[in-house]
Amino acid sequence: MKKEKILISGNEAIGEGAIQAGCFFYAGYPITPQNELTAYMAKRMLQEKRIFIQAESEVSAINMVLGASSCGFRAMTSSSSPGISLKQEGISYLAACQLPAVIVNIMRAGPGLGNVFPAQSDYFQATKGGGHGDYHSIVLAPSNIQEAFDFMFLAFDLADKYRNPVMILGDGILGQMMEPLRLSVVSGQLSDRYNLKTKNRKLKAKSWALTGCKKRSPHIIRSLYLKQKEIEELNLLLQKKYKTIKQKESRWQEVDIEDAKVIMVAYGTMARIAKGVVKKLREKNKKIGLIRPITLWPFPQRVFERICQRRIIFLVIEMSYGQMLEDVKLAVEGRAKVEFLGRGGGGIPKEQEILHKIESLKI
Amino acid sequence: MKKIFKHPQSLRKVSTHYCAGCGHGIAHRLIAEVVDELNIREKVIGVAPVGCAVVAYDYWNFDCCEAAHGRALAVATGIKRCRPQNIVFTYQGDGDLAAIGTNETIHAANRGENLTAIFINNAVYGMTGGQMAPTTLIGQKTATTPYGREANYHGWPLKISEILALLKGVVYVERVSLHAPLEVLKAKRAIKQAFFNQIEKRGFSLVEILSPCPTYWQMSPKEALDWIKEVMTKEFPLGRIK
Repeated sequence: MKKEKILISGNEAIGEGAIQAGCFFYAGYPITPQNELTAYMAKRMLQEKRIFIQAESEVSAINMVLGASSCGFRAMTSSSSPGISLKQEGISYLAACQLPAVIVNIMRAGPGLGNVFPAQSDYFQATKGGGHGDYHSIVLAPSNIQEAFDFMFLAFDLADKYRNPVMILGDGILGQMMEPLRLSVVSGQLSDRYNLKTKNRKLKAKSWALTGCKKRSPHIIRSLYLKQKEIEELNLLLQKKYKTIKQKESRWQEVDIEDAKVIMVAYGTMARIAKGVVKKLREKNKKIGLIRPITLWPFPQRVFERICQRRIIFLVIEMSYGQMLEDVKLAVEGRAKVEFLGRGGGGIPKEQEILHKIESLKI
Repeated sequence: MKKIFKHPQSLRKVSTHYCAGCGHGIAHRLIAEVVDELNIREKVIGVAPVGCAVVAYDYWNFDCCEAAHGRALAVATGIKRCRPQNIVFTYQGDGDLAAIGTNETIHAANRGENLTAIFINNAVYGMTGGQMAPTTLIGQKTATTPYGREANYHGWPLKISEILALLKGVVYVERVSLHAPLEVLKAKRAIKQAFFNQIEKRGFSLVEILSPCPTYWQMSPKEALDWIKEVMTKEFPLGRIK
């Protein structure tokens, strides 16, 4: 039976996207609100004759991913905020060893144990490095379930292309919510629940991988360089790579910004609510628009450079107390006014609150 | 004439950074000899620890991955599950395997990962300057036990090998020592058995090697070997544990 569309949760869509994208190894550890993803992988990875491991901790899971990646396989782990904090050591090592990997963070409210309500308060951690050292993960922020699925292909491709960790940054709403998903698939083994088939993507062999030194000199995956000059050289190499990523991989969506006087800036779940606001106010002929960053790192600076000459007000809206706000201010460099509306700890700025805020800007 | 002794192909012809009288050089060589003898150099993948032996990959002549402190058996799990056709081993010190990495160690062993762990016990943290290790003996002076390790203050020496031997996933645990030529030969035999078990897909094997650290024991190399024989083996008795 062939289905064009299926109803699926964000967590499961991410899992299926990863599998279709050729993820061979998954290690996870239970934490709400991403548990459906781990459970989905437990079932589907075995159907596909791939590897699923429930690790003893998030620390162990990310290091298993490092091992799988070091020998050339597409590998992934997922967690939610407190668990992602534990993975930071491993992410720093992945970046330093220049190993591809995909890490999914279905954010919940913090700090500390917080609770399981959705939040966007891990933006700093995701985009500024998160672990120790000068490094960045590429960060993708899906805003609906179709994107949650589609971005997994992009995530694994970017990870392989740049030999760098890629993070999918969603929140509890994206993880838990169900939406129709249009599948772009294909052939292979059936999944009983959704009647899904796996696309057999031909992946390029990785010339640097650990495979055993048959007919070649040994490969070494390392991040320790005892000489000062050597570690500075590694850092310069990473910085060069990050510069290329900034130039080539910035992604964003623009909604009605060309004539807008107020441009909201929001990502993920928050951008969905902001889109509703744009629609509502445009019906009343209010000149309002939205920039939705899709890559949070690299931050889509170019779109701000293009439009911030005009007399406009940027209104940054986040499910946090102002984290992406700092990147918007850096992009605008004082050339336009930047306002902020945010709630944290599981609170979500509602449409009505946004409308009030826009009204208060008196444009 | 038949050649009966040569430099192992699995060992690069370089000098090591280890202190005089350190056991790491001997342990590295034993592994290299075993890898050669089992003819697995082209499919072995070593996982290096954090500690004095972190740059073991500069001395071995086969594929290696470095792991964060304590994470070697998690990294090795990821490698071995993806590439079961390769022979994967970790080389870890006492701090790495039995303190910061205890969780990874116990659970990799308990899953019965088909891996080989070589565990160097020298009762001290070497690279960071001779601090107390989980295996530091009672009364032993270190940088962080300047008055000697006291059981009721610092806890007892951790016998991780005995703990691991209780787990169903573990097929082989042996404690050996490097304090005398005969012991070195026994150590080699144990390492070979641990690799052989993996080739035969039997499950998790660990060899604990009591190894001298004259620098941080503040002894001469000879005194260090005697101390292993007379003091350390009392707390960590040699022989097959499982």
